[in-house]
Amino acid sequence: MQVFLGALSLGLLWAVMTIGVYISYRVLDIADLSVEGTLPLGAAVTCILISRGGNPYLGLLLALLAGCTAGGVTGLLHTKLKIPALLSGILTMIALWSVNLHVMGNRPNLSILRMPTVYKPLENLGLDKNVAIIIVGALVVALIIGILYWFFGTELGISIRATGNNERMVRAQGVNTDSMKILGLMLSNGLVALSGALIAQNQSYSDVQMGTGSIVIGLASLIIGEVIFGRRSFMSRLISLALGAVLYRIIIALVLKMGMPANDLKLFTAITVALALWLPQGRELLRTFRKSMAKGDA
Amino acid sequence: MLQITDLTKVFNQGTINEKIALSHVDLTLNKGDFVTVIGGNGAGKSTMLNCIAGVFPVDDGKITIDGRDVTHMPEHKRAQYLGRVFQDPMMGTAADMNIEENLALAYRRGQRKTLAWGVTADERTQYRDLLAQLELGLENRLTDKVGLLSGGQRQALTLLMATLKAPKLLLLDEHTAALDPKTAEKVLNLTQKLVAEHHLTTLMVTHNMQDAIRLGNRLIMMNEGHIAVQIEAEKKQGLHKADLIALFEKASGDSLENDRLLLS
Repeated sequence: MQVFLGALSLGLLWAVMTIGVYISYRVLDIADLSVEGTLPLGAAVTCILISRGGNPYLGLLLALLAGCTAGGVTGLLHTKLKIPALLSGILTMIALWSVNLHVMGNRPNLSILRMPTVYKPLENLGLDKNVAIIIVGALVVALIIGILYWFFGTELGISIRATGNNERMVRAQGVNTDSMKILGLMLSNGLVALSGALIAQNQSYSDVQMGTGSIVIGLASLIIGEVIFGRRSFMSRLISLALGAVLYRIIIALVLKMGMPANDLKLFTAITVALALWLPQGRELLRTFRKSMAKGDA
Repeated sequence: MLQITDLTKVFNQGTINEKIALSHVDLTLNKGDFVTVIGGNGAGKSTMLNCIAGVFPVDDGKITIDGRDVTHMPEHKRAQYLGRVFQDPMMGTAADMNIEENLALAYRRGQRKTLAWGVTADERTQYRDLLAQLELGLENRLTDKVGLLSGGQRQALTLLMATLKAPKLLLLDEHTAALDPKTAEKVLNLTQKLVAEHHLTTLMVTHNMQDAIRLGNRLIMMNEGHIAVQIEAEKKQGLHKADLIALFEKASGDSLENDRLLLS
C-alpha cells in the first residue's frame, strides 16, 4: 500500500512535467530537450529561496517564471536564429547546467531538510506524508488541466495548436507563428520547472543532475497515457497525461519490487519508450503481415 | 488593387543551380478584376503568387496592395489583405483541428489573438449557414476533425475560409489541380460564386487552358519568368484555345510543343 501511495504521489508531481512535455511534443510538434535543464532549474530556484527563509508557495511561482524564461530562450534560438528545434533545446539544456549550479550558490545540490514546504501544512494536520503530497499534487494537476483546457480554447490557444499542426496555413491566416512557438515553449517549460519545484520540495533537496533522462520519463508517461486511456477529446487527453504519469510510476515501482536493479531503470524506460513510439508502425506491419498471410491461404 | 512593378526573384543566386524565376514582371489588377494565370512548369506562376503573399523575400521590384507598399511586409502581416488557397488540399487547413476551429482562425485573419473564446456561439450559427451553402453536408459536422474530410471537401472549406473575411485580393494557386475532374468542377463553380458574391479581386493560377479562358475577365500567360501574353477584358470574350496558342508562340518566339500537354 505504501509503495502504491508513493508511486501515486510521485506520479502526480511528474504529471505536471508530463503536461509540459505534451505541450511541446504533441501540441507544437517539437521535441524540446530544454526540459532536462528546466526541471532542475525549477528545483534550484525553489530550494535556494526556501533555504534563505522564503515562502514555499512563492518558490513554486518563481520556479514557474524561471522555466518560462528558459523556454523563451529556446524559442528565440529556434525562431529568430533559425537553429533547429532539437538543437535549440540541447543548447538551453547545456547552458542551464551552469545556470543551475549558480542558482544553488555554486553547489551541485542543495538541501532544504526541515524547512517549510507546500506539503508541511497538511503533514502538520497529522496526515501521512504521501497523502499530503497526493492532495497537493492532485490540486495542482486539476488546476493546471482546468487552466489549459480554457486556454487552448481561446483565440491564442487555438493559434498555438494550429501552429503545431499546419504552420503554413496559420501564417496565411495572419498569425505570427514564431510568437506562437515561443509562447508554447514558455508555457511548456514553465510547467516542467513547476514540476521540478514540487519534486524538490517533496524530496527536500535539489540536484543539478535530477533532470537527466526526464524527457524520456515525460514521453513514456505521455505515451502510456495515450495508449491506455485514449486520445478522444482534449479534456480526456489532458487527464490521460496525468494518469499516464501515475501509471508509469506504478510500473516502475512494480519492476523494482520484482527485483530489477535500480541502475537499469533508465535503460528500461528508454526501451519502453522506443517500443511505444514504434507501436503505430508495428500495428501497421502486423496488419499487412496478416493480410498477406490470409491471401496466401486463399 | 494590386500593383506589381519590376518584380524579380532569383533562386539559389550565385550557385550552379541559379534560376531566374521572375524577371522584371509588371502587373496591375484593378478592383474587381479576376485574372487567370496560365503557363508551363517553371514559368513563374506560383513564384509570383508566393512573392505577393510574402512567402519569400523578393530580389527586386515593388508590390503594393490597395495602395500600401507590402514588398517587405512579413507574410503573417500581409495575410490581413489576402485570401489564399493552395494546390495541395492538405495545405489550407489544420487536419487535427475541427471544422469550426479552422473557420474561426480564418474569421480572425489579421486580427490580434487574445484570450477571448476561440469560437463563439454566434459564429457557430453563421458557420453552419455558410457551410450549408456548400451543399457538402458539412453544416452538421462543425466539431469533426478536418482530417476526416475528402480532398474536395477540404478545398471547398479552404475557399470558404479564404473568403470568410473578404480579402482585398484572393490568390488561388492551382487550387483544383489535385482534385478529380468532377470535384474540380464543383470547386471551380464555388470559386466563381464566392468571387461574384464578394466582388473579389482575384488572381488564379491554373494549368487548364479551358478554365483560364472560361473564368475571369482577364488572362495572362507566363513564360520563363515573364508575362508573355496579356489579354484584356474586351478581348477575352470569344477567345479560343487556338488563338491563345498562336499568341503565345508569337510572343515567345517558341513552339508550344513542350508545354502543350501541360496546357491542354
